[in-house]
Amino acid sequence: MRDTPGLPVERPRPARAQLLFWVGIAALALLPLLNALPEGHPLHASDFLVSVIGKWICYAMLALALDLAWGYAGILSLGHGAFFALGGYAMGMHLMRLIGPRGVYGHPVLPDFMVFLGYERLPWYWLGFEHFPFALLMALAVPGLLGFVVGYLAFRSRITGVYLSILTQALTYALMLAFFRNDMGFGGNNGFTDFKELLGMPLGTGTARALLFYAALVSLALVFLLCVKLTRTKFGRVLTAIRDAEARTRFLGYDTLRHKLFVFTLSAMIAGLAGALYVPIVGIINPSEFSPGNSIEAVVWVAFGGRGTLVGAVLGAFSVNALKTWLTTLAPDLWLIVLGALFVLVPLLLPKGLIGLRRPRA
Amino acid sequence: MSKRLLLCLLLLIAAPLGARAQDGFEALAARLGGNFNQQAEAVERLGALGDPRAIPLLQALGDTRLLRLADGGVAVQDGPAPPEGAQVLRINNRVRAAIRGALGRLQLVSPDPGERRRAADAILRNRSADDIPLLEAALAREAVPAIRARMELALGGARLAASDPAAKRAGIAALGTSADPEARSLLLAARAANAELLAEIEAAVAAIDRRLALRRAAETVFQGLSLGSVLLLAALGLAVTFGVMGVINMAHGEFVMLGAYATVLVQEACRGVPALEPWSLPLALPAAFVLTAALGAAMERGLIRHLYGRPLETLLLTFGVGMILQQVVRLLFGAQNREVLSPAWMTGVLVLPGGVQVTQNRAWIIVFSLLVLLATLAAIRLTRFGLEMRAVVQNRRIAATMGIRTGRVDAMTFAFGSGIAGLAGVALSQIDNVSPNLGTGYIIDSFMVVVFGGVGSLAGTLIGAMTLGLVNKLLEPHAGAVLAKVAVLVGIMLFIQRRPKGLFALKGRAADQ
Repeated sequence: MRDTPGLPVERPRPARAQLLFWVGIAALALLPLLNALPEGHPLHASDFLVSVIGKWICYAMLALALDLAWGYAGILSLGHGAFFALGGYAMGMHLMRLIGPRGVYGHPVLPDFMVFLGYERLPWYWLGFEHFPFALLMALAVPGLLGFVVGYLAFRSRITGVYLSILTQALTYALMLAFFRNDMGFGGNNGFTDFKELLGMPLGTGTARALLFYAALVSLALVFLLCVKLTRTKFGRVLTAIRDAEARTRFLGYDTLRHKLFVFTLSAMIAGLAGALYVPIVGIINPSEFSPGNSIEAVVWVAFGGRGTLVGAVLGAFSVNALKTWLTTLAPDLWLIVLGALFVLVPLLLPKGLIGLRRPRA
Repeated sequence: MSKRLLLCLLLLIAAPLGARAQDGFEALAARLGGNFNQQAEAVERLGALGDPRAIPLLQALGDTRLLRLADGGVAVQDGPAPPEGAQVLRINNRVRAAIRGALGRLQLVSPDPGERRRAADAILRNRSADDIPLLEAALAREAVPAIRARMELALGGARLAASDPAAKRAGIAALGTSADPEARSLLLAARAANAELLAEIEAAVAAIDRRLALRRAAETVFQGLSLGSVLLLAALGLAVTFGVMGVINMAHGEFVMLGAYATVLVQEACRGVPALEPWSLPLALPAAFVLTAALGAAMERGLIRHLYGRPLETLLLTFGVGMILQQVVRLLFGAQNREVLSPAWMTGVLVLPGGVQVTQNRAWIIVFSLLVLLATLAAIRLTRFGLEMRAVVQNRRIAATMGIRTGRVDAMTFAFGSGIAGLAGVALSQIDNVSPNLGTGYIIDSFMVVVFGGVGSLAGTLIGAMTLGLVNKLLEPHAGAVLAKVAVLVGIMLFIQRRPKGLFALKGRAADQ
């Protein structure tokens, strides 16, 4: 693969950039407390705001996963939304099982849509999802396994660059079509919704909202730490070498297949975790999460924030989504045009992203 | 008016010939004015005579609109009240039943093809051995193949209902030569009543089944080729921009969509001009090509040029352009589907020999896609522009030193690929909904075609498109449309394990780029 210009080999002022991240995390940690303030208080944060920011935190985790693969190993996946959605579906299956007899049809075991479609009993792949640890494990393992298989097939035959991007996009597209089908046993185009509780805690209350928010925030912090540590090891250095000159790294004796496969699988698992945290916060998961547009939107978060910096990915996820929320209420028709313009202008004018702006030009 | 004239003429002849023993049409017609017994006999004999002139008379008699004139002849009542001296003919139930039977037989020889067809269908519904001679006579003069087929089916059915075993055998054999599900069910229904002919019936059913299976296979192949030709059209432009220039154009699907909207606009411009209306589709071709080619050239010069050597960023940029184009079209034209009319010469169903049915517009698109492929090949192989393009692909710097303006060649190549996308849009407007997200459904599949066929090879694009189209349609009946798509995707992933560069890989120095 050719050298990729426009990427920092050294991370720009890692200490200061990371400080930005931790200050942000600390500030966000205050949000549920502000939500607890009485309504009408000048500092009161609405329930909506807490849910929205919680959603963005999950997006930021997805952005981190993407940055790990794209920014550090040069693997541009246009199908990371698939891993995110698979994690979300695993958690959604758990939440569906927890509804129990409280569904519209009141069936003790089967979710409403299965009663509606005339299922006699649970399909085999639903077994075990009533246990939270199993569901969480699946939310990591299924995306991880898919990432591993796809990555192995792709990297082994040295599919790189744009070919890999197109392949991953086709992957999420095919999964979207598959999950839209009713007979897959995943609720067809309605997906899963109308959840009641999680870990014995009724959803939709202020406490649940705060706890889910903190769960997402702590996960984001842990994932961030993991990524920072990983990229600073020798392993991370080899990844960067693969990104910049894959053939040369291979000739120097490094097993590039293993490195790429490991980072791609890990990235898929992080995306799955983000999806699993996302579903209880937004209260719904449906096949449109697999749509190629979602995956590519995640790519623009990373590109806009600055890829290969980790902090930039988080920053990009928050800023683009803030822009989206603001614009879709102000002028919903314009959002797609602005998003498109971001795609066009970022590579031309802002190749290092927002983070790159802070560094004076050499 | 002509009916009245005919009747006047007929009555002029009818009066003097009234009582001839060897009754012709005219004599029988005159006898419709007799008593009920005479009427019924005349109706039956008119039916057996097989002269289509009797149809309006019998219909009028059934509707009590037939008059007996003062001179003894008959005529169809024209005005609201019967003229002076004429009397409306009344009928009883026996005559009415005779009219029904006679009309059914007569319509077999009616000059109106629709009526003949309906008559054959009516006979097929209540098969009777009495109809055999009638059908044989009608078949002898029938020229329309579709109606002949119905009559032969009805004849087979009527023979099957005969009591004579030889006639039955002939009926079974005749039905066995068809490829008609109705013939099959006729034979199956006849099994219980004809235990002694079971072996013949089974053989005939098996023969029909074989033909039906063959026809189904042929139709599946046609559908596969049709899907393949659509993929070919969508992928050809990509093969130029991606294959020749190495630029991933994610806005390609939107260029296809713009081509379809150009068709809509041209059609609306032609509306109201009778001379242009049937030609709006051919007129849309240059319009769509020029529109998308100009956009493509502008995009290459304005944006993509700055990102050469950074394929991933190019991908994102073109995706953004696609998003903007899609949303702008949505704002300008609305999100709902726009209607594109097909010209008369493209609508309808074509029945090939063997009863294989193909829709005209899909057949045209197959032809069109091959023409576009040939034109593309010719442009690359035979023109000065193609020569310069190949030179720049092989070695940009040497080409520049030879005096080729590489920037201009880049722009023209990109415009060329985008223009082909516009042509694909014109074709797709005939078989798909014209909406702002028309292109998204095709873009992933056409990338698969290019990856599968091998980058930079038009032969690979052709074979890739047709293979994907055929495999998709062959799998569909067994696995369903979605699983077929998934299976094709998995198949491609496994295929590029063996041949990472696709079916037709570039060899030598060009392959390293």
